[in-house]
Amino acid sequence: MIEFRDVSKRYGADLAVEHFSLQIPARKVTVLVGSSGSGKTTLLRMINRMVDPTSGVVEIDGVDVQTVAAVALRRSIGYVMQSSGLLPHRRVVDNIATVPRLNGTATPAARERALHLMDVVGLDRSFARRFPAELSGGQQQRVGVARALAVDPNILLMDEPFGAVDPIVRSDLQQEVLRIQRETETTIVFVTHDIDEAFLLGDQVVILGTGGHIVQQGTPEEILAHPADDFVASFVGSDRGKRRLTVSTRAGQGDDRVLVDAGGYPVGVIAAPGGKLSIADASPRSRSISNKTDQAGDA
Amino acid sequence: MLWLWNNLGLVLGLTADHARLCGIPILVGFAASIPLGWLASRSGAARGILLTGFGILYTIPSLALFVVLPVILGTKILDETNVVVALTIYAIAMMLRGTIDAFGSVSGDVLESASAQGFSSVSRFWTVQFPLAGPVLLANLRVVAVSTVSLLSVASLIGSGGLGYLFTNGYQQYFIDEIVIGIVFTVLLALVFDTVLVIAGRILMPWNRRKLVGTAALRTPQRNWVGA
Amino acid sequence: MNFLLSAFAFIFDPTNWLGDAGIGARLLAHLGITVVSILIALVLAVPLGLLIGHTGRGRSAVIALTGAARALPTFGVLILFVLIGINFGAGLSLTPVIAVLAVLAVPPLLAGAYSGVEAVDRETVDSARAMGMTEWQILTRVELPLALPLLVGGLRSATLQVIATATIAAYVAQGGLGRYLIEGIQLRDYTRAVVGAILVAALALLVDGILAVVQKLVVPRGVSRGATRTTSSTGMTARRPTRSPDATRTPVTEG
Repeated sequence: MIEFRDVSKRYGADLAVEHFSLQIPARKVTVLVGSSGSGKTTLLRMINRMVDPTSGVVEIDGVDVQTVAAVALRRSIGYVMQSSGLLPHRRVVDNIATVPRLNGTATPAARERALHLMDVVGLDRSFARRFPAELSGGQQQRVGVARALAVDPNILLMDEPFGAVDPIVRSDLQQEVLRIQRETETTIVFVTHDIDEAFLLGDQVVILGTGGHIVQQGTPEEILAHPADDFVASFVGSDRGKRRLTVSTRAGQGDDRVLVDAGGYPVGVIAAPGGKLSIADASPRSRSISNKTDQAGDA
Repeated sequence: MLWLWNNLGLVLGLTADHARLCGIPILVGFAASIPLGWLASRSGAARGILLTGFGILYTIPSLALFVVLPVILGTKILDETNVVVALTIYAIAMMLRGTIDAFGSVSGDVLESASAQGFSSVSRFWTVQFPLAGPVLLANLRVVAVSTVSLLSVASLIGSGGLGYLFTNGYQQYFIDEIVIGIVFTVLLALVFDTVLVIAGRILMPWNRRKLVGTAALRTPQRNWVGA
Repeated sequence: MNFLLSAFAFIFDPTNWLGDAGIGARLLAHLGITVVSILIALVLAVPLGLLIGHTGRGRSAVIALTGAARALPTFGVLILFVLIGINFGAGLSLTPVIAVLAVLAVPPLLAGAYSGVEAVDRETVDSARAMGMTEWQILTRVELPLALPLLVGGLRSATLQVIATATIAAYVAQGGLGRYLIEGIQLRDYTRAVVGAILVAALALLVDGILAVVQKLVVPRGVSRGATRTTSSTGMTARRPTRSPDATRTPVTEG
């Protein structure tokens, strides 16, 4: 478990985070979501001491991180950032093997492990000898995730890791994260400004206002069903009825039912068991199922 | 200091000489680098030839160039034309890459929208690209001016180095004061050139006034022939 | 053109390469002075430049130093050092010359080292730190390899500067190819002066050419591949490495 107790961080006169307290359960995905200025990245970076709090305590399993040497701490925690941050002069396989090598693992063993991790993150082994600049953005992020997993960390910190990849690839990567988390039971702390991503990935979602003020925390279901206030309602989009779905009277094929939101846009289909999937009434106004692009703009 | 007082006429005369001998290469170098830079920013082949050619010329040590030019130009070795031509070549070489970068730094969107408004390619260059490249051009010109002023003194070895005379003469007399005065006046002259350019820049590019206050010229790397 | 012909005739006459004042000895002396000065400057400038680039502290001091160095007339500074050397009883030894050359080589080396480190993508450094690299490991395994091309660029500038200044140093000290130029000018033996000019120019071009090749070789393969890929896909605007289009330009545009 990771615990923040009354943590504040000030940069000169600016308060980035003020009196922040939170418990992050082990072996779950906790998503910190908020717009820029909410201090979410600062909070994330306090866990591996990339940022030290001005006051307050951050504990991992009851141990104050300030008592652990920063370098050793960071090597035990996986970290994935938005720009993959890969070392441009090292091949993919060596990028993934970086931390094990730092920890003294022999090169052949570290490379072998790196190749295995490429399988884990769904990256073909033929990319092993390439340089980061020879990969697409999505592939680079996969390498970033593999590198973070290289030391078999108990904690994985992810700072808007998929913010810069296109929506289809992002969706794939999100599914990979969920799968990897299920398989490894790693504690993941994930930072994003995309509420859909938060709801998709988070066992626990923490919505942050400015200065790291917790506006609401809970499971996606709880937040969606009972937004704490107008800010959250607007943030998750329920105020405009985008989240309030009804079964359309317009017929789908067979027994399928079309879902529409309060604005009248068809957002998806409930497939009848055994029936064929189809988007009924595919008028030009039809939207994608996830509403993702709209939400990103709202957030 | 007494020496300076007694020889003030000489020192001021040499300073004026120095300014004249540097002024021509700086102005000609700047003027020549604009069409060359424009050419190079439009054609990859021209860019390669120009950068390589001037890169090679720039590599030749100044004293060697001063001495070889008379053979090529057919001038007398003591003719100050040799020095002016050599310094002009260096000035162009120093300006060129910066000029190419400056024209390249003007955003493509701005150029496209200018074309869309109906600018011809020539008028677009003079009314849009050239003024917008101005700040970078000026930063480069400042480097060129300061370098040229300090480089000229070497030419005193072949008899036309302006303030450099104080170095050769001071050495022959073993007189340190004279050399220090030569250095100080050279640096002062470089500062005057730099200040004049900054002021000219503020007058000609009022939209950029705030940015020019800094030390743009000082921040530009001395040489950067990475691709030459 | 007669002078060029007679100069080449002089250079290609093997007997002129021998002896204490022959081309061979002077060439070696020129190279020796250059190498020693550059080595001294490297020892002084590179660690300091890397430190400044890594910490970001002292940048403005370096910028001011390189700017001021540009305004100093090297010829005057050279003679000043030599005369001071004579006053201190050094005579016409090479020590003050080498001292001046080393000092002159420091600013471009410093600028190359610090701007090279500074040009490394900050995200790359940040992620290296987040992975648990120590500051030393970040400097030696990430920043230094990526800074090498610009560092060698600084070495090229410094070396050219030193070769050129070592040429005029022949005015105040024995040795070096500059002697042909100085003797030729003083004795009004123009052929001799052209001999010196040709040899010095050839040496400068050769050394610069070698360093240009070195500069290409030290570009990390991952970086050069990225750069080539960009060039082919987007044309002339993207001649710089993909990852840090702005960073490589930092020294030019940040002012």
